[in-house]
Amino acid sequence: MNTKVKLEDLNVHFGKTHAVKAVTMDFPGNTVTAIIGPSGCGKSTVLRSINRMHDLTPGASVTGKVIHDGIDIYDRSVDPVAIRRKIGMVFQKPNPFPAMSIYDNVIAGYKLNSRVNRAEADEIVESSLKRVALWDEVKDRLRANAMELSGGQQQRLCIARTIAVKPEVILMDEPASALDPISTLKIEELIEELKEKYTIIIVTHNMQQAARVSDYTAFFYLGELIECGVTKKIFTTPEKKQTEDYITGRFG
Amino acid sequence: MSLETETHRWKMEKGVSGDLIFKGVTVLFAFSILVILLLMIVEMTGESLPAIRQFGWRFVSGQDWDAVQSSFGALPYIWGSVVSSILALLLATPLSVGTAILITEIVPKKVGGIVAALVELLAAIPSVIYGLWGVLVMAPWLQKTVQPFLIERFGFLPFFKGAPYGVSMLAAVFILMIMVVPIITSITKEVLLAVPQSQKEAAIALGATRWEMIRTAVLPYGKSGILGAVILGLGRAIGETMAVTMVIGNSPQISLSLLSPAYTMPSVIANEFAETTSKLHASALMEIGLILLVVTLVINALARLLLWSVTRGAKKGARL
Repeated sequence: MNTKVKLEDLNVHFGKTHAVKAVTMDFPGNTVTAIIGPSGCGKSTVLRSINRMHDLTPGASVTGKVIHDGIDIYDRSVDPVAIRRKIGMVFQKPNPFPAMSIYDNVIAGYKLNSRVNRAEADEIVESSLKRVALWDEVKDRLRANAMELSGGQQQRLCIARTIAVKPEVILMDEPASALDPISTLKIEELIEELKEKYTIIIVTHNMQQAARVSDYTAFFYLGELIECGVTKKIFTTPEKKQTEDYITGRFG
Repeated sequence: MSLETETHRWKMEKGVSGDLIFKGVTVLFAFSILVILLLMIVEMTGESLPAIRQFGWRFVSGQDWDAVQSSFGALPYIWGSVVSSILALLLATPLSVGTAILITEIVPKKVGGIVAALVELLAAIPSVIYGLWGVLVMAPWLQKTVQPFLIERFGFLPFFKGAPYGVSMLAAVFILMIMVVPIITSITKEVLLAVPQSQKEAAIALGATRWEMIRTAVLPYGKSGILGAVILGLGRAIGETMAVTMVIGNSPQISLSLLSPAYTMPSVIANEFAETTSKLHASALMEIGLILLVVTLVINALARLLLWSVTRGAKKGARL
């Protein structure tokens, strides 16, 4: 089993709040790992530390290591911008750029660091949109404003925008929680397909979703990693009492 | 039945009339502002009628302004107002947007707050002080340093021809620029603050640097709001009277050269109203006032519309 991302003694503080406590775990490559836990357990905070999004938050401090392909991304010599191109992120609410067309949204990230000619851009847009199964729905209106799409389409557009940058890891922060059931289903099918090429880490508060889409599951509670392992095992025979209580719905 | 008695029991008996009176008074106050505006337009139109009848469209196309001959053409004033305001905005916009970006995105919140407060302080300075500084400090500096340099290096351009007088279109442009920076900066700041965090994070997560984030996520999102801020600045610039009057040279001529003196609509009203020579003269000044009023009203309405579309857009985005 190849480890794509490894957390070593990861701690995150926001001012005096200790949000993530000494987390050590592995994320195997080309798999889907779900991070579950009750609200406020630090699951999004863990996720956002994997591509250094906390750099933007005043007062946030991260200690410990996040090792991606053998390199600690918090090492002083590492450029966070380069890291975020390798480790993309999809957010809870679809956030396409409202001033841009569908086409420009998909290519926006790619264009940041590389010069592209027209043919190249066309190809990237088409392959990215095909990969998220949005191409057939939008191919006739690529120049239309991205806000004309439905919420579910917008979220798939955001995923297309992320994979257009050609990342290796995709972080998803409750990517379907703002969507209707059918759009949610589409996103889940998409996740299943994407793991062939990418390593996916998904935060979800929906346990059924975690059970459906993930290979591995990590359960967090009050900033601590309680248990992690193969999804089937976590959901059938968890080792810890807290995990069992949570997945059986006794709290959370 | 019981519901009826219930509601009856809770019916307010005292205070109802008080509320009504209060409501009536506030409506009256608010309404009176509208009435005052309407009265102003009606009154000014009435007073301008002699000039409108006498000159028709020649009033806005004519360049001759001669109280003795009773011949009035306002084009040099319109030209002066429009050119000085637009050039001032061209200079002030990058300055203001840059400052607003610094305040909202670059420096820590505390420092940004201090910078914002300082910039807004500029708006509190009475315009006559700007004028005084302009005529005593800036104009001589322009005359001795800036204008000779421009003439020497760029004198082949029609914009920098002529003698260095100090007081000039250029001086008015600079003064106006300083005066509109606070309003454009503070509104742009609000517009940029309204850009959702999710938009910035979207750009950052794609591997954008801070500047790239500002360029791809922040500025496009605030585009029409910033345009609204600029237009509001235009409204301010075009109506500015005192400071401009003191530095522009007050000479009704249309010249491409920024070094030559010019004249603006508010300035001519301020300068000539106390000593009008005839009824027609007063009426001509009234008509200039009317033009100015209508122009500023339209400009402000346009700016509000743009700003409103931004805030509405933000709400629409939030509903998603």
